Amino acid sequence: MRITIYVNGVDHSVDIRGPESLLDVLREDLSLPGSKNACEQGECGSCSVVLDGDVVCSCMVMAIDAHGSTVRTVEGYADHEVLHPVQTALIEAGGVQCGFCTPGFVVAAAELFDANPSPTDDEIREALAGNVCRCTGYGAILRGLHDLAAENVDLGAP
Amino acid sequence: MDCDWPHDLDAALAALADDPDATLLAGGTDVMVEVNGGHANPEHIIALRRIEALREITPRRIGAGATYTDMERGSHLALAQLARTVGSPQIRNAGTIGGNLGTASPAGDTLPFLAALDADVELLSARKGSRTMRWDAFITGVKQNARRSDEIIVGVTLPERIPERQAFGKIGIRNAMVISMVSACVMRNEDGATTVALGAVGPTPIRARSAEAMISAETHPTNAALSEFARLVSEDVQPITDHRGTEAYRRHASGVLARRLLERCLAL
Repeated sequence: MRITIYVNGVDHSVDIRGPESLLDVLREDLSLPGSKNACEQGECGSCSVVLDGDVVCSCMVMAIDAHGSTVRTVEGYADHEVLHPVQTALIEAGGVQCGFCTPGFVVAAAELFDANPSPTDDEIREALAGNVCRCTGYGAILRGLHDLAAENVDLGAP
Repeated sequence: MDCDWPHDLDAALAALADDPDATLLAGGTDVMVEVNGGHANPEHIIALRRIEALREITPRRIGAGATYTDMERGSHLALAQLARTVGSPQIRNAGTIGGNLGTASPAGDTLPFLAALDADVELLSARKGSRTMRWDAFITGVKQNARRSDEIIVGVTLPERIPERQAFGKIGIRNAMVISMVSACVMRNEDGATTVALGAVGPTPIRARSAEAMISAETHPTNAALSEFARLVSEDVQPITDHRGTEAYRRHASGVLARRLLERCLAL
């Protein structure tokens, strides 16, 4: 069955074989390997994408159910050489160790900051509660995002 | 692989009438765990996510398509509390109360809330119309329910009078992203009438009837009454030992959790 998905601003037509996940289609059919495949049961957040405006685990979305939907993956945040502020904040704070979980953190954090440029530490923690870092590098991730929120306050963000 | 993407309930019911073997897909957070684990290989999907009418929440009714995120923002305290304990923001954006009922896992986190309120489950079929069943008639066993294959779970109806004093809590091996080892919902009316429902401590949600009868008669429960309440809850549950916890621990935790929630209700 052929479906159409609008991913990072581009329409894609994809042949769906069975009940495979949106994550599989992104990685295998659309050559977008940024979303990572780890737990396959919605527990680690490394496959986080935005589906029709909501952050979800793409391993828990049946690809065929994404027909006609808008999807934003981690590849959809940087504008060519210009990174999303969340990506810059993570780099500056060293909020990356092995990097495997980073795409999921970027998606979850970018959605938070796009909706609320100056979240509290509690709001940051809550938004990232579904993202697991097995290097336990949370400290630097949270520091980077805390600093970004503080910077936005200084810039007069709401 | 075949799929229908109905935008309204009539179209969904018609598709299901044509193929009652089709798999109903709501948020996907249960179905995809089965698919990814190689335990399910559905051939025809009816995707319910686009039916906006199913998502509606009113004070007396929760549409089956309401997500945990929707429920977190609703007006029922215990429902918002339980919704917030489910999975992660990512899972709460997808999973629905209809899916929780469809899966009917003993650990389903909406179920103690529905049991404590004696809520009704609404089902709809293209040919046979609607029927309503109380929660305990609907959930028949471990991952078993009374839905006929031509029916869609469309919502739950709550009673007219809902206690303002209500609390939900659950115990697992950690705070976030955890499946309940014991879950409980306590509701207490101004006249003292109390209901206590527990999840993951029996094949279906359990109402702690002897504990309810005892504490409902106490208008101002003393410390001794609260201890007796906890003891009766521990006796009323029917837990098993599995990979998440032992029977003895679950029995003990049921009493402790129910007492804690009752104390929160009394303090509201």
